[in-house]
Amino acid sequence: MRLQWGIDAMRIIDCPLIGPRPVAEFNYGGAVGEPPIVDPTPDQLAAQVFYRAGAPGLLREWWYHRPTGRWFVLERDTATDRVHRIVTPEEVAHAIPML
Amino acid sequence: MSLHLLKLGLKGTDDEPRFFPQPGELKSRYDVVIIGGGGHGLACAYYLARDHGIRNVAVLEQGYLGGGNTGRNTTIVRSNYLTPEGVRFYDASLRLFQDLSEDLDINLFYSTRGHYTLAHSDDAMRTMRWRAEVNRHQGVESWMVDRDQVAEAVPGLDPDCGGSRPVMGALYHAPGAVARHDAVAWGYGRAAAARGVELHQKTRVTGIQQYGGRVRGVTTDRGTIECDSVISMVAGSTPTITDMVGLPTPIEIFPLQACVTEPVKPFLNTIVVSGSLHLYLSQSSRGELVMGSAVDPFVLHSTRSTFDFVEGLADNIVDLMPFTARLRVVRQWAGMSDLTPDFAPIMGTTPLSGFYLDAGWGTWGFKATPISGKTMAETVATGRNHELIEPFRYTRFRDFELVGEKGAASVGH
Repeated sequence: MRLQWGIDAMRIIDCPLIGPRPVAEFNYGGAVGEPPIVDPTPDQLAAQVFYRAGAPGLLREWWYHRPTGRWFVLERDTATDRVHRIVTPEEVAHAIPML
Repeated sequence: MSLHLLKLGLKGTDDEPRFFPQPGELKSRYDVVIIGGGGHGLACAYYLARDHGIRNVAVLEQGYLGGGNTGRNTTIVRSNYLTPEGVRFYDASLRLFQDLSEDLDINLFYSTRGHYTLAHSDDAMRTMRWRAEVNRHQGVESWMVDRDQVAEAVPGLDPDCGGSRPVMGALYHAPGAVARHDAVAWGYGRAAAARGVELHQKTRVTGIQQYGGRVRGVTTDRGTIECDSVISMVAGSTPTITDMVGLPTPIEIFPLQACVTEPVKPFLNTIVVSGSLHLYLSQSSRGELVMGSAVDPFVLHSTRSTFDFVEGLADNIVDLMPFTARLRVVRQWAGMSDLTPDFAPIMGTTPLSGFYLDAGWGTWGFKATPISGKTMAETVATGRNHELIEPFRYTRFRDFELVGEKGAASVGH
C-alpha cells in the first residue's frame, strides 16, 4: 500500500477502502495487545494490563478514522514516524478464549 | 578591547577556569554509575557525594548536560497534587528548591509566582476542591478562588473564554514558582564535580553487564566500566535502558511540546494553567510568554516539533487571553515524555540487584529534580527505598497499588 508524506502538519495516511487521508482525521488507539490469558497469575495479569514495549522500533497500533468510523491497524516505526504497512484484520485477529 | 581579552585572543582559553572540569578518560571502575546527565542525574550525584560520602561516581550523558527534558520543560515548580503521597513528595522538592540557589551558589532565578489552575466545568471544580483539601491536609497552601478573583489576578484574561468555556473558578496554589531550568542542572553539576564526581558528556551507554543476579558494570561507546550500582535517570530513553537489563516497564514515550513568544513588558506575575484548554503559561524574567500544552496524541521517540501543536495551542490561548493574538511565537521545541499509566514516577530499587530506576517522569519531572536526587541518593546508599518514594516503587503495578495522579500531574486528560 502506498503512503504519502509531506511536511509534518500535512501527513497523509493511505488506508484501504478510504484512500489517502490527513492524520488529523485519525484518533490513536494505542498498541495492539496480546490475547487475554485464561486464569492469569497476578504477575501475568499485571504484565498484560500495564507493561508495554516502550523502546523505539516497529509497533502495531490501532488508528480510528473518525469521519468514516473505521478502525485500522498500522505498523509504524516509532523512532522515525514512518508507517511501514497496513496490517489486515486477519493478521491481528485471535480467538476469544473461553473464560 | 581590554588587555585581558587581547591576551586570551593570543594565548587561547585553555588555562581559564572552566565551569565544569574536563574529566579525561573513563576510569575502569566506579562505585556508582549514573546514566543521564540531566537535572535528576546531576542532583543525585551531588547528594551522593555531599550526604553519603560516595564520591567515586560517574555521570554518563549521551549528549550534553541538561540538554534533554531538563532544558525543555516550562520550568514550573508546584506541589498541588492529588494524592497524599504525591503532595508530600513534591512539597519536599519545592522546599529544597527554595534554598537551592544558596546551596549551589548559583542564581536559579527562583521566583514564587502563585499558580492558578482554572476550572471550566463542575467536574473540574470538584477535582480542584479535592486537591485543595488534600493539599491543606498535608500543610500545603492551596485554596479555591472564584472567577472574579481569577480575573483580577490575571490581567488580559477573558473570564468567559470567548463564550464557549467560561471560567468557573480556580485552584490557587501560593508557593507555585518558576526557576531557570538550565541553571539547576549546571549548579548541581558544578557542585557534584567539586566533590569529585566525574561528568562524562558525549558518552553513550550501550549495554549493562550483570552476573549472579546483580549489576557488574556498563559498556559505553568509550569503553567498559565496572561498578556496583547503576542508576538510570534518562526520562525519554528509559525503555532503551530497561531493555538492556530485561526489565519490563509500563512506560510509553510521547512527545511534549512547548513554545515562547517574543518578549513583552512584564504584565503577568502568576502561572496560569487550564486543563480543559490543554494550556499552561507564565511570563519569563525576559518577558517572553512560556507556553505548553498536552502531550502529542501518539507514541513517538523524537524531539521534532509540529505546526499542529502551535495551531492548537494558539486556538485556545486566544480564547483565554485575546490580546495574545498579536504576539508572535519565536521558538518551539519538544521533549520525550516517559508516561506511566497512573501519572506518577517509577523510583528506587528493582528486581535486579544494584540497578536503580528513576523514570516515568512524563510531564512532571523538572519540579521533582532536587527531591528525586536526594531520595535516590539515599536509596542507593542504603539499598532500600527512601520512605518518600516507596509509593512510587517499581513493583507497584504488580501489586496493583497505583498512585493515581492523572487529575493533577498534567493537562488535557
